[in-house]
Amino acid sequence: MSGAVLPLAVAGPLLAAGTTVAAGRHRVLCRVAALSITGAVLLLSGWLLARTLDGSVLTADVGGWPPGVAIVFAADTFSALMLGVTALLTLVCLGFAMASGEDTHPLYMPLALVLSAGVYGAFLTADLFNLFVLIEVMLVPSYALLTLTGTRRRVSAGRLYLVFNLLASTAFLAGLALLYGVTGTVNLGELAGAARTSPLVALAGAVLVLPMAAKAAVVPLHSWLPRTYPHASPAVTALFSGLLTKVGLYVIIRVYSVLFDGERHYLWIILLAALLTMVVGALGAVGENTMRSILAFSMVSQIGYVLLGLALFTAAGLTAAVFYLVQYVLVKTALFLCAGAVEVTYGSGRLGEISGLGGREPVLTVVFLTVALSLAGLPPLSGFVAKLTLIRAAAVETEYLAVAVAVAVSLLTLLYTVKIWSGVFAGQPSFPAGDSGVVRNSAPRARPTVVLPAALLAALSVGLGLGAQPLLVAAGAAADGLADPSSWVREVTGG
Amino acid sequence: MTAAILVGILVAGGVYLVLQRELLRVTFGFVLLGHAVNVLFVAAGGMARRDPAFIGQTDPDSAADPLPQAFVLTAIVITFGITVYLLALLRAGGPEQDPEQDPEQDPERDRDAGADEGTEQGP
Repeated sequence: MSGAVLPLAVAGPLLAAGTTVAAGRHRVLCRVAALSITGAVLLLSGWLLARTLDGSVLTADVGGWPPGVAIVFAADTFSALMLGVTALLTLVCLGFAMASGEDTHPLYMPLALVLSAGVYGAFLTADLFNLFVLIEVMLVPSYALLTLTGTRRRVSAGRLYLVFNLLASTAFLAGLALLYGVTGTVNLGELAGAARTSPLVALAGAVLVLPMAAKAAVVPLHSWLPRTYPHASPAVTALFSGLLTKVGLYVIIRVYSVLFDGERHYLWIILLAALLTMVVGALGAVGENTMRSILAFSMVSQIGYVLLGLALFTAAGLTAAVFYLVQYVLVKTALFLCAGAVEVTYGSGRLGEISGLGGREPVLTVVFLTVALSLAGLPPLSGFVAKLTLIRAAAVETEYLAVAVAVAVSLLTLLYTVKIWSGVFAGQPSFPAGDSGVVRNSAPRARPTVVLPAALLAALSVGLGLGAQPLLVAAGAAADGLADPSSWVREVTGG
Repeated sequence: MTAAILVGILVAGGVYLVLQRELLRVTFGFVLLGHAVNVLFVAAGGMARRDPAFIGQTDPDSAADPLPQAFVLTAIVITFGITVYLLALLRAGGPEQDPEQDPEQDPERDRDAGADEGTEQGP
């Protein structure tokens, strides 16, 4: 089915990025351009979701070349769902950057838009080399965003981030070269199931998947993430948490579904990595002592849950993985936005340095509590539905160890969210000393516009918990497409 | 075989340099690694078929595969951009940055991380 509009999801934000560069200091124009193009992508993803929900796949052959020669863009339910979530998060994070005044830097908007264009493209492309290019389109602005306001700490965090991601990209490219050497194509559709029959292709596929696992911060390749994310500015961390590692997860799931055709032979490796990721991430989070470093480790832990769904590779497991991925991205970004709101207003996110926000910031407190409990998986929030479907899927496959670990890590999740709660929101009000050395008990409260982005996402989390059915249906359709990628492959190869 | 040995040498040198502390050496390490992958790509196109891929002039059986060459061209552009960015980062880190000091051993790390943010809002 024709999806000629698909390349627009990449072209639109890139054009808007150019516009914002040209508009320069004209901030209203920049904001309107950025928000309207991201909103347009959100609408596009809604349309795509409606079109693909019945299992059909939309494709666009770029350049009008015949299938097999053209670089293909393809959208199925999974792509559409991821596209929608990313566009929504970009919108919310841009809103936060505007509210907190971070978009005053003339390069913030253009970089954020180019980054989002790369992410949209990575979700839509069906060509592995094009995927590499789009991932670079996404990463290059992220290098610059991380060090945008270059304090010394940020430059050294940026260095680590840059070196690690560059190494992963180089390894990914080497994997592509090996894959091309063995099969003579990098079109994912033409490679369908190839890793199942040929161990050489499976090896090349592993060289492709490992760097993606590194980018998604899967244990034991996770250590770069907690050391770099907390050092970026609050709006940038929130944007990264919503967008970057998800591309790694998306590629792992897509490549395993198509290239490996869900080969059960290697699933134990994914299962082992998933369990390790869950445990190590949660234990690391318990040991940290600033809001954002706790959340960064917790991100690692949540990635393990998504991988657990993939490791089961049943319809129920994949449904749970997709549902978990969508809701956790919303919840985690909301948490980073809460931490950002605290830091923007009070100048610190260190536990114990600020405390007693509970009485001063009722709205922020309620928002934080909602998303934190959703992360831990308490009913009736979206995290509960996600964990329940995941644990049920694991229990059906009699993976009782995975069930036990998932439940135990949920308790650890509760532990570290309570740690943030008792460090920042509970207790007597006290705030860091200002420049004059006087404790500013009369410090200004968080502006409503700074809290609003997180509040929107928290409301969505409640909505997805109480009315989970539509998203579960969409996740189910996405899982069907992943468990049996034949219609995706047929559309992509033009057969 | 020549390509395999060349890739091996380039990767070994690249990995050695990337593991160094100074950013300049890391930059050169990535240049070497980038070249290693480029050679790998050209080799993936088939080393036996080396004639220029001109339609009507070259026998298709002996013409070089143009697709990996296009890939390499793209990869070179990206590597070049990243190299320039690494050098800019080196300059930005400049005199402040002490390569002997490991940021992870800095006792003020977390305090700085918390205090840095939120206080500055662009230039």
